[in-house]
Amino acid sequence: MSASVTESRLTRLFEKLKEQDRAALVTFITANDPNPELFRQLLEGMPTAGADIIELGMPFSDPMADGPSIQLSSQRALKAGVTIDDVLGAVKRMRELEMDTPIILMGYYNPIYRYGPAEFAQAAANAGVDGVIIVDLPPEEAEELNQNLREHNLHMIFLAAPTTDITRLPRVLDHASGFVYYVAVKGVTGTKSADMTEVGARIAEMREQTDLPLGVGFGIRTAAQAAEVARFADAVVVGSAIVDIIADGIDDDYRPEAGLSARVLGFVKDLSDGVRTARSVDGAEA
Amino acid sequence: MADARNTYRDGPDEAGHFGLFGGRYVAETLMPLILEVERAYEAACGDPSYAKELASFNAAYAGRPSPLYFAEPLTEHFGGAKIYFKRDELNHTGSHKINNCLGQILLAKRMGKTRIIAETGAGQHGVATATVCARFGLDCVVYMGAKDIERQKPNVFRMKLLGADVRAVDKGSATLKEAMNEALRDWVANVDDTYYLIGTAAGPHPYPTMVRDFQSVIGEELRGQMDTAEGRLPDTLVACIGGGSNAIGLFHPFLDDADVRLIGVEAAGKGIESGEHAASISGGDPGVLHGNRTFLLQENGGQIKDAHSISAGLDYPGIGPEHSWLHMQGRVDYVSATDQEALDAFQLCSRLEGIIPALEPSHALSYVGKIAPELPADHLIVMNLCGRGDKDVFTVADALGIEMGGEL
Ligand SMILES: Cc1ncc(COP(=O)(O)O)c(C=O)c1O
Repeated sequence: MSASVTESRLTRLFEKLKEQDRAALVTFITANDPNPELFRQLLEGMPTAGADIIELGMPFSDPMADGPSIQLSSQRALKAGVTIDDVLGAVKRMRELEMDTPIILMGYYNPIYRYGPAEFAQAAANAGVDGVIIVDLPPEEAEELNQNLREHNLHMIFLAAPTTDITRLPRVLDHASGFVYYVAVKGVTGTKSADMTEVGARIAEMREQTDLPLGVGFGIRTAAQAAEVARFADAVVVGSAIVDIIADGIDDDYRPEAGLSARVLGFVKDLSDGVRTARSVDGAEA
Repeated sequence: MADARNTYRDGPDEAGHFGLFGGRYVAETLMPLILEVERAYEAACGDPSYAKELASFNAAYAGRPSPLYFAEPLTEHFGGAKIYFKRDELNHTGSHKINNCLGQILLAKRMGKTRIIAETGAGQHGVATATVCARFGLDCVVYMGAKDIERQKPNVFRMKLLGADVRAVDKGSATLKEAMNEALRDWVANVDDTYYLIGTAAGPHPYPTMVRDFQSVIGEELRGQMDTAEGRLPDTLVACIGGGSNAIGLFHPFLDDADVRLIGVEAAGKGIESGEHAASISGGDPGVLHGNRTFLLQENGGQIKDAHSISAGLDYPGIGPEHSWLHMQGRVDYVSATDQEALDAFQLCSRLEGIIPALEPSHALSYVGKIAPELPADHLIVMNLCGRGDKDVFTVADALGIEMGGEL
């Protein structure tokens, strides 16, 4: 395999947090959900609210690994016609305000395949993206995209799942870059709660096989759960719980009620407080 | 695009690719499972008792071999080529879907799985799956689009009688595509005990290959039957294409017989130009969906479009990856027939042959009607009559403006 990404916004962040002995909070929202204006407020407010890494969903018509919350958020964004160029445009505008917070994109392969893997990697790098997660690209099919991403110093972040057994794990770790994203539940997003003891054991097992930071996502819904994961993981991803607040605060035409962005960002602040204090003595109270 | 090959029958490669197409585009959670399915299938193929058991169920339970029938009235009607039907509508449950279900259920049993999930469009695959689950005592959940539940009511009730839990999917177009999304989501959430019994030659490797192998019994039988009937190979084979399982089953044993012309008929819905159709090859582009790379109906931005066909079994925006490859190789011709053409063929077949065909093979028959008149009397056409039309009577009545509750 050609040289992997060695130095990036993402690696610098994880080094910094290691010194501070705390985990990163990764917050997921779908691009342009529920509309471009509110999305922009949320995106711009995330770093101050305490998000260390921002994960943006690139909507797809057939999100096979997602539960109802993220399915609906994709539909809302698609109804307004969001495209890859819109997502990258939003990242670019964000980069005029904010240069330190890593932004990673999460999506499915077909829109990228249609865009062209080389063209996509170039455009994403230009916009200021740091990495991508493509749910339906296991290591076996990823090289077509990954070689282009590497050329542009972008991380391809791979998922490891509860079903990824010890014989298969090296295959995932071999390709992984940036961090490894452990899927904490057997299921789609937003439907089950993670069993922390089990997840902790799997993370410990993976630590023996890789030096990459280990993130955990799927099934983390509250500040307390985020704090619990932050004790043993290097990154905690929260998605559906944030997206649900958006869904609850809009009318049938996707118009947000007053104060919605403050409410979402307030929740991010709670999550962040939980993550930041998780490893201090009374972290359990966070 | 065609290259000089010794064989068209040696695909896929080890990773499940037919050239550019196929593969395993699934979430990591599912990856270990489909690798397990692949290993189990390879092991089963190496075990003569598996083939023997399948052959025995094909014969005594499904009713194979299905007859090869000379369709004399239609031959006379079209006044050209000699038309034969491969009668897979006579199988138990009324379509070719049972061939695949028997093969996969025996595999699921060997793997020790206790719960079976499936997607269905027309309900034929759902019925066949519910049937084998009843026979082998396994739990059965069938995902079906709400729109398809509405237009294939007889099959929904059959599945329930057989003990299946039929779950309506009301997202998006509420047809086969969404049913498959939902089945994949179920599988991700129930990986330990569940086997996903995919109904067509699509999905991630090894499904396209496995389903093809089980359906190839159609073409294999035909070789012998045609030899008995005419003492030679057929000249043209015609099959309808949803995901492409009945077609690949008919074609595959003949891929290397260069003189046999192979024609796949996609659903053109209201016409390819209308944009409302289900013809992935005639009107789509390569992309990635449901675990494989193949021709798909999609927008420029890569969002998948809804398909349209009067036939629920063909109402899918993709096609099995081996067909995409055969298309690029130029080995199979892919054409299409509209809703109206299928309806006309449906009625013609019913009146002239005394066989009410499913709407799916009615598409194939409509194309047979286009080419037969131009061909000589010694030209042998075989059409795969892959399903019977009982399930479609409501849809057809509706299309003809007939009120089923009123004066027929
Ligand atoms: C009778 C019949 N023919 C054809 C099809 C289409 O599937 P395939 O292209 O896999 O044969 C179906 C699917 O439901 C069907 O019921």
